[in-house]
Amino acid sequence: MKVGTPKYRELGLTDSEYELIVEKLGREPNDVELAMFSLLWSEHCAYKHSRKLLRRLPTEGERVVMGPGENAGAVDVGNGYAVAFKVESHNHPSAVEPFQGAATGIGGIMRDVFAIGARPIALLDSLRFGELDSVRSRHLLDGAVRGIGHYGNSIGVATVGGEIYFEDPYEHNCLVNAMCIGFAKTADMVRAAAAGVGNSIVLMGASTGRDGIGGASVLASAELGDGDEAKRPTVQIGDPFEESKLLECCLELLEKGLLVSLQDLGAAGLTSSAGEMASAGGVGIDIDVARVPLREADMEPFEIMVSESQERMLAVVEPGRVEEVRAICEKWQTGSAEIGTVTESGQIRILREGEVVGEMPVEALVDGCPLYDLDPAEPDGWIYGNRQTLEVGAAPEQELLALLSAPSIASKRWAFEQYDSIVGSRTVRRPEQADAAVLQLPEAGNAIAVSIDGNGRRVACDPYEGTIEAVLECAQNLACVGAEPLGLTNCLNFGNPEKPTGAWQLDRAVRGLADACEALGVPVVGGNVSLYNEGPDGPIYPTPVVAMVGELPDPEQVAGNAFAREGDAIGLIGPFEPSLAGSELAKQRGELKMGLPRPDAAAVVKACEIVRDAVRAGKLASVHDVSDGGLAVAIAESAIAGGTGCEINLNHLRERGAQPEEALFGEGPGGFLVSGARTSLEELGAVLIGTVGGPEIAIGAGDRSLSITLRAAESAWRSLGEVNAAPRDDDSQSSSSP
Amino acid sequence: MIWGVLQFPGSCDERDALHACEIHGDGARLVWHESRDLDGVDAVVVPGGFSYGDYLRAGAIARFSPAMEAVAEAAAAGMPVLGICNGFQVLCEAGLLPGALLRNVELRFRCHQVELIEERDGGRLSIPAKHGEGRYYAPEEMLDELERNGQVAYRYADGHNSNGSVRDIAGVTNERGNILGLMPHPEHAVDPLTGSMDGLRVFDRLGRGAFASHEDGKAPRG
Repeated sequence: MKVGTPKYRELGLTDSEYELIVEKLGREPNDVELAMFSLLWSEHCAYKHSRKLLRRLPTEGERVVMGPGENAGAVDVGNGYAVAFKVESHNHPSAVEPFQGAATGIGGIMRDVFAIGARPIALLDSLRFGELDSVRSRHLLDGAVRGIGHYGNSIGVATVGGEIYFEDPYEHNCLVNAMCIGFAKTADMVRAAAAGVGNSIVLMGASTGRDGIGGASVLASAELGDGDEAKRPTVQIGDPFEESKLLECCLELLEKGLLVSLQDLGAAGLTSSAGEMASAGGVGIDIDVARVPLREADMEPFEIMVSESQERMLAVVEPGRVEEVRAICEKWQTGSAEIGTVTESGQIRILREGEVVGEMPVEALVDGCPLYDLDPAEPDGWIYGNRQTLEVGAAPEQELLALLSAPSIASKRWAFEQYDSIVGSRTVRRPEQADAAVLQLPEAGNAIAVSIDGNGRRVACDPYEGTIEAVLECAQNLACVGAEPLGLTNCLNFGNPEKPTGAWQLDRAVRGLADACEALGVPVVGGNVSLYNEGPDGPIYPTPVVAMVGELPDPEQVAGNAFAREGDAIGLIGPFEPSLAGSELAKQRGELKMGLPRPDAAAVVKACEIVRDAVRAGKLASVHDVSDGGLAVAIAESAIAGGTGCEINLNHLRERGAQPEEALFGEGPGGFLVSGARTSLEELGAVLIGTVGGPEIAIGAGDRSLSITLRAAESAWRSLGEVNAAPRDDDSQSSSSP
Repeated sequence: MIWGVLQFPGSCDERDALHACEIHGDGARLVWHESRDLDGVDAVVVPGGFSYGDYLRAGAIARFSPAMEAVAEAAAAGMPVLGICNGFQVLCEAGLLPGALLRNVELRFRCHQVELIEERDGGRLSIPAKHGEGRYYAPEEMLDELERNGQVAYRYADGHNSNGSVRDIAGVTNERGNILGLMPHPEHAVDPLTGSMDGLRVFDRLGRGAFASHEDGKAPRG
């Protein structure tokens, strides 16, 4: 660090923020207090550049059990049960150390879910990397997939879905967003607010070490750049076995009614857990750091307070029940220590063997950080690069094969087979069998569907319309399995909000998110924001990752995305208006620029209802939404999944004004590719475009008509495995090698 | 038949195994790893997962648990014991089954549906496999002996041996035929909605003693 830089600046605080802290304390903070303020006033913890925007989001709904502000959101699924869910980013740790970064991302999101008393039943993840021709990207992909598998598989929670995109702007700043779904009896759920003056604060789980110190401020709230290697010690190390025991222990404690409240220790460790619990409960908390079990005896009080050691939970327990709680911790071979007390002081007091080493008003520490307005400005044009990999005017067959083998579109079997997708016996549709994951809930007598989506490239073209599309895509995926949306959560991955373009992207995207949720009538039950995702080459694509949970009455009726029967009619449902703007084809041709057509959200919502009802009534043999790569890719995917060719004619789209190329490869929301009995499709108002059967995928589209064998299509679509068969020596190079 | 399912710290599939046992038998209950008492059950499942985090070596710590001591005694008296995945590893570590499970030849965890062939009658089963250390290994002489004794219970069908197991072996029994270790997961194949029903045939065969070579427990010799 430079000589003469004030310590608070090294910790990420601005001059004016520091002055405000001094004013609120009435004195200069000491080292313990400064460390704690710097973390809770970081972007990661305080949402200081996003909180004002997020107030626009609709959060009310009759099925909402827990909304924003809790460890996870939750919706009612009937029969006294609720489903909890949350998405969180672990981008910067994963960019520095992908295996541990992704693994601890999974660990952290699971703790958020069991902190409210829900048993984790499923995981999904949304990943973004640079293009696969880069050694760095292959290293990050390999590490992140291994890390997710390592943690999720070991703890016995099924990874049932997700998505991976490869785009140059993520080259230096990959995205690792993890989602956890939990299931709970509504009556057993708990909130995170500390309550009951005189109650004990019990720290459970792993001991506290020096790992992850400053993760939230140093790593998560600044741009990546030179010297990231030196930040490796700020990445935490995960231990799924420890978490597995802690999980079972916490659920048993909650089931026995032994906890007043529960909170996980994530970013900023004890500081944020204790602070947030005190703030939510309107109380104070005393913590004696000498009572915290340590890995290294000589840790300073500030280190103990900000350590991000994994697999720890903080509970409020009535004094008379502490022994009982500790006995159950012992049964599960998980650590426990009574480290503090709930007080009426309204202060967070840090003691060491009784001596006060830090004292701050909860209000100042947790809620005192200034919230900033953004200073948005629309960029003049496309600020990201263009890289041509496919020549304009290539034969349509060549174009389709190039799209099917594009890593973002190709089968992700290589990745998802590294995840246990079936443990828990709830998985009705495994990855790539349907457009959304489907989990049965025999206890509640129904099932849920989950989808996670967010095409950053399209959001970069138009942050407002692109975000609306992400929400609609999610809703379409749920409709494909007959599910009705109950609630939405999101992770907003953006660049630097202090720069005008980053601010504009964020502002427009949040507006789009709010408007799409209003149009769908779906409440936002929680979310996460990850800013400063920039590398030396500039910001990432603005990437709002949207995740939606829906309900379906009968999992037996779920259709798949595979063409099922020879001779079935193939149809198109919905207000699909294909355009090459922002499409995968435009990317490959190096023709990306600003602008997307405006979708008719109300019409898409209507189409979702028609498809959902048809699936529930068992009228469709297959259903697949039209997404990346357009209709031709959707057709090929359903054909490959079904192991059969098909004959298609796209005259209808051309009559509606689409050029042949747009009809084949144009993208946009609102399209459902369905198959089934001709009469069923006609009743649904589907436009009939073809028939299932034959060894070829033949698509009539005027002068761009094409025909390829099913085998050629499948071989292209399955090419990702080969891409990753790169020599392991290559993969194991350090992430600093470009 | 009442089934008991052992539960270690780090077990993952014990609830699924319990559910499968409930479907197959007349009842099922979890047996805590610290219990030396099997609670009067007629058969035992040592379930899948990552007992003790797979630390040291998969199954190496769980084999020393009090519940495993009880299982060894009961097995010696003829009780049916089914070790699935991590449970198979535990039974090998405990010396109750021959051979060992090594890291998959591709060095990656893999979860996918596999086809198995039942050695005695050639029947095919479609059930899921999910493991990173499932490559069955035993020295050649031991393998020859296992084959002679009829201790190879299940093999992967052609093209389904993705972990590199020797002689495509997916499951083996002890000489007496009352202890079965199987790498794929029959407890995850008990409901058509989530895959297939084929797994129940494994529970059924073991439960009715179909792997035992002779009533006296002695296997036929070459």
